[in-house]
Amino acid sequence: MKVSIPSPLLSYTNQQQQVDGEGNTVAELLEDLNRRFPGIRFRLIDEQDAIRPHMRVFVNGEMVESLEVRLQATDEIHLLQALSGG
Amino acid sequence: MNSITSTTASDAQAVSLLIASKKGAFVLRSNETRDHWELRGPFFLGHIIHHFVCDPRDKTLLVAAKTGHLGPTVFRSTDGGETWQEAAKPPAFAKAEEGQKGLVVDHVFWLTPGHPSEPGVWYAGTSPQGLFRSADGGATWDSVDGFNENPMRLAWVGGLGDGTPDGPKMHSILIDPRDAQHMYIGMSGGGVFESLDQGQRWAPLNTGSVVTFLPDPNPEYGQDPHCVRLHPLAPDVLYQQNHCGIYRMDRREGRWIRIGDNMPQDVGDIGFPMVLHPRDPNTAWVFPMDGTQVWPRTSPDGKPAAYVTRDAGQTWQRLDRGLPTSNAWFTVFRQAMTADECAPVGVYFGTTCGEIWASSNEGEDWQCIARHLPHIYAVEAVNFAL
Repeated sequence: MKVSIPSPLLSYTNQQQQVDGEGNTVAELLEDLNRRFPGIRFRLIDEQDAIRPHMRVFVNGEMVESLEVRLQATDEIHLLQALSGG
Repeated sequence: MNSITSTTASDAQAVSLLIASKKGAFVLRSNETRDHWELRGPFFLGHIIHHFVCDPRDKTLLVAAKTGHLGPTVFRSTDGGETWQEAAKPPAFAKAEEGQKGLVVDHVFWLTPGHPSEPGVWYAGTSPQGLFRSADGGATWDSVDGFNENPMRLAWVGGLGDGTPDGPKMHSILIDPRDAQHMYIGMSGGGVFESLDQGQRWAPLNTGSVVTFLPDPNPEYGQDPHCVRLHPLAPDVLYQQNHCGIYRMDRREGRWIRIGDNMPQDVGDIGFPMVLHPRDPNTAWVFPMDGTQVWPRTSPDGKPAAYVTRDAGQTWQRLDRGLPTSNAWFTVFRQAMTADECAPVGVYFGTTCGEIWASSNEGEDWQCIARHLPHIYAVEAVNFAL
């Protein structure tokens, strides 16, 4: 499936804004990304497996809050950074 | 590039200042007479850098980084900052059991190289209060469970709302140069704690340190040490700048003595940083701030000054020559004041408004050597050019 990467994480994907990923759930997809782009998962997901407060995961345009959401090979995933800061 | 008034050191050495800021890291490096400074960086522009530290054993550099959105991590460089590698396993608390609420590292706040007998060992203190250890130069980090999983941890540190406004912190991780097993930590809040077995067990070390913000002014723990220092040549001598005053302890006596009572009454003894002379255990510098009423945390009356004691806190001398004489309302954070090892000692501090001030004669004269940097969180000095 296609995964869009937000600009703060492009340093992990060699500046690729879209990468391919695999997994039956969001959790598996993130593990797959972390294997190929080491470190990327922990910047998005904390040690209690929660999505960090200012990060968002969208599946086919719908925001998801659980890593256990099931995925299909044709799904489009957007990893996003919320607008906030100073 | 900036210049300061020439003061020749008797053992001239280049000095580098490792600067951590709200928007990245920088290095200021001097020539051998410390009268000319050159700015290098930014490194990690846009990242929140809480600490930027050099390992004196092998010159490895570590930075504690996060952004406003991404999770916390540690970057390391073994080539003087030319290239950086992210920790493969950053500091993180253990995953909680199903149905339990686990701790989450918000940011890595403090980095300390380990004992000289343990190459590659580092310690990290986090917000909320957590202690982590690396045995491979910062590449991977493990929980020090003797603290993080201690059944007393919550009682010692309180909840997330019991710390400083930008998050409760573990800081001032100190290693006894005589014994790698002997450690101290400071926590805001929580107090000073000591371990004799490299972190497996901990005991409070707060006797004599008063608390003005709790019903009991003399609790066993719950204090708010802002910065704790151990003298490298006299490791039984400890100093701390606390939320409630300036203290000194001879560890053999085991009681904090409030040496801040000897500060001028109109200045008080509230502040964040404290710096020790590298060779004289009786000499220390502080940078007082306004701790009255709602705690402005700015220079008292807008007139910044360092204060030095040369007799272990019995007397204090104001050091403000060259500093702004009015309307300077900055703050110097707990990690943002440091000293080099030259003779005379160079003393340095960074401000919340992005200035770096330097004195090459132990605080007698001050010059601004960098301005317009981001909000400064930490400044560390090393005695070589980076």
